[in-house]
Amino acid sequence: MQHLVAFPVLFPLLSALLLLLPPCGKNMKIRRWASSLFALISFAISIVLLTNVLENGPATYAIGNWQAPFGIVLTADLLSLTLTSLASFLSFCCILYSSAGDDEKGNFFHPLVHFLLMGVSGAFLTGDIFNLFVFFEVLLIASYSLLMHAGDKRNTRAALHYVIINLVGSAIFLISLGTLYGVIGSLNMQDMAVRITQLSGDDIQIAKIGGSLILIVFALKAALLPLHLWLPNTYSTAMPVIAALFAIMTKVGIYSIMRVYNLLFAADSGPLAALGQDWLWYAALATIAVGTFGVLASQNMRKLIANLVVVSAGTLIALVSLQQAAATAAAIYYLIHSTLVCAALFLVIDLVSNQRGKLADRITTGRPVKQGLVLGFGFFIAALTVIGMPPLSGFVGKIWILKSTYELGEYQLFWPVYLVSSLLLLVAVTRAGSIVFWQNKQTEADKSEFKPAHISKLVSTYLLIAASPLLVIFAKPMTEFCQQAAMQLHNVSWMTQAAGGL
Amino acid sequence: MELLYSICVGVLVACGVFLILRARSFPIVLGLTMLSYAVNLFLFASGRLSINHAAILGTNEQYADPLPQALVLTAIVIGFAMTAFSVILSIRARADLGNDYVNSEQKPSARIGVKK
Repeated sequence: MQHLVAFPVLFPLLSALLLLLPPCGKNMKIRRWASSLFALISFAISIVLLTNVLENGPATYAIGNWQAPFGIVLTADLLSLTLTSLASFLSFCCILYSSAGDDEKGNFFHPLVHFLLMGVSGAFLTGDIFNLFVFFEVLLIASYSLLMHAGDKRNTRAALHYVIINLVGSAIFLISLGTLYGVIGSLNMQDMAVRITQLSGDDIQIAKIGGSLILIVFALKAALLPLHLWLPNTYSTAMPVIAALFAIMTKVGIYSIMRVYNLLFAADSGPLAALGQDWLWYAALATIAVGTFGVLASQNMRKLIANLVVVSAGTLIALVSLQQAAATAAAIYYLIHSTLVCAALFLVIDLVSNQRGKLADRITTGRPVKQGLVLGFGFFIAALTVIGMPPLSGFVGKIWILKSTYELGEYQLFWPVYLVSSLLLLVAVTRAGSIVFWQNKQTEADKSEFKPAHISKLVSTYLLIAASPLLVIFAKPMTEFCQQAAMQLHNVSWMTQAAGGL
Repeated sequence: MELLYSICVGVLVACGVFLILRARSFPIVLGLTMLSYAVNLFLFASGRLSINHAAILGTNEQYADPLPQALVLTAIVIGFAMTAFSVILSIRARADLGNDYVNSEQKPSARIGVKK
């Protein structure tokens, strides 16, 4: 049973390799079935682990039985397992969606999705900061290739930007790791948390430099202002199913900030306590504002959703930077909700734009959407969720966020920014939706080809959309779960004990 | 030795950053390569510089920290793969876009007024 902790990382690796081998490699049909099945198994593994951790408390797994702090450990607590479950569920939906034909537009779609899942799960589970870098690179190289999947010219430029900025980010990550290792002398996160309190003299300043650099890298991945500029272009030029899959990737950055903030820069960790907290707080507020303006200014739906991702990243980082369990619990709920709903929106808009001919996803008056009712309903639910209107999960998340910031006394600045942003989002999204679905003009070309949306596309989209009402129906257990996960994240003593009683 | 070493790292980083800011894909690839060399050297130095120290216990009176060497090895492998990818991507971008300007159709030097 203890080896199960490694499976969310190992199983996607195995499935990606199997998908390259003969029975799956040649036959598209088998490959699709196998790929969906593997994704489901990954999801099941994460869920089994999650129930296990709920019963028995967090688990650590020393790879190759090399004990921490010398070996690499995987740590499975509620937050990391929630996120691996989320990632595998999302990749299952995306695989299902792409099986309607999108996966044939380029090579190796299915193996790459599983490699991406491996990198993402690894980043969520690892307890070693250099290992985190390695898993970042695994997920990045898979994402580079996926971004180029079925790409055209516009896509190439966006991919070039994305690759270059991430390579620079990796270099900074390594420099920060070198700096931290140079003064702290360990790379195991729990061990670092202990040793960081014992720093003295000039070492503190050097450790602060290293810590700031690492925050910059995570802010880049999480798309925090001013490092968010890569995101709207990348997400809006990638194939929508891949953009939906990428919805989890900004969350990797946010998760890393959460983890680092509670281990290395925790309030009681001496000299480096709350490093860069003010910066993160104001940058996050600015991110919400700029993301909202981006949504207002968007000329097409994909860019609009990409900017919504920026807004959600800003909200999450604002909550994380408060460094309180109450705010983190709200952030975890909001994280689950926003990942699923943004992915769902990308998929719905893809279905819509397939039925609007040359107009695609531009927000202008055009021919009516053929399956207006089915797709419009999906868009309606997802849009309500993302804006935060009752009775869907966005509303619960929003109320919780407002409540937790009020209780922590940080509402003077946050409430105006967040509420005005919500209002503007409401205006922008309803405007976009009503133009796309309701302002139509019949044209000559209208009678031409009509292909109804593929059933697997609809099923996968509605699977993602259905998460929102479910998050509301099961709001009470979910709330308790998120609070428990946040408590576990903030109470790090179990981790330091697991690292060998250091 | 420390001074020489840090000057080397610094110069490499400076060259790398300069080349990356050129906003043309091939200088950028070169810049990224230089940056990754600098990073590798920097990582190596994080275990302190020492001469004639073995990285294995028991073979020598004094030993060097083996962990940075393992880290450098990993970083080299990953950096190599990433460089290969960025080279291929640059070639593809050159073919797709018809030029090697990263940001726009316009020539970067014409915009910022640098002589040819």
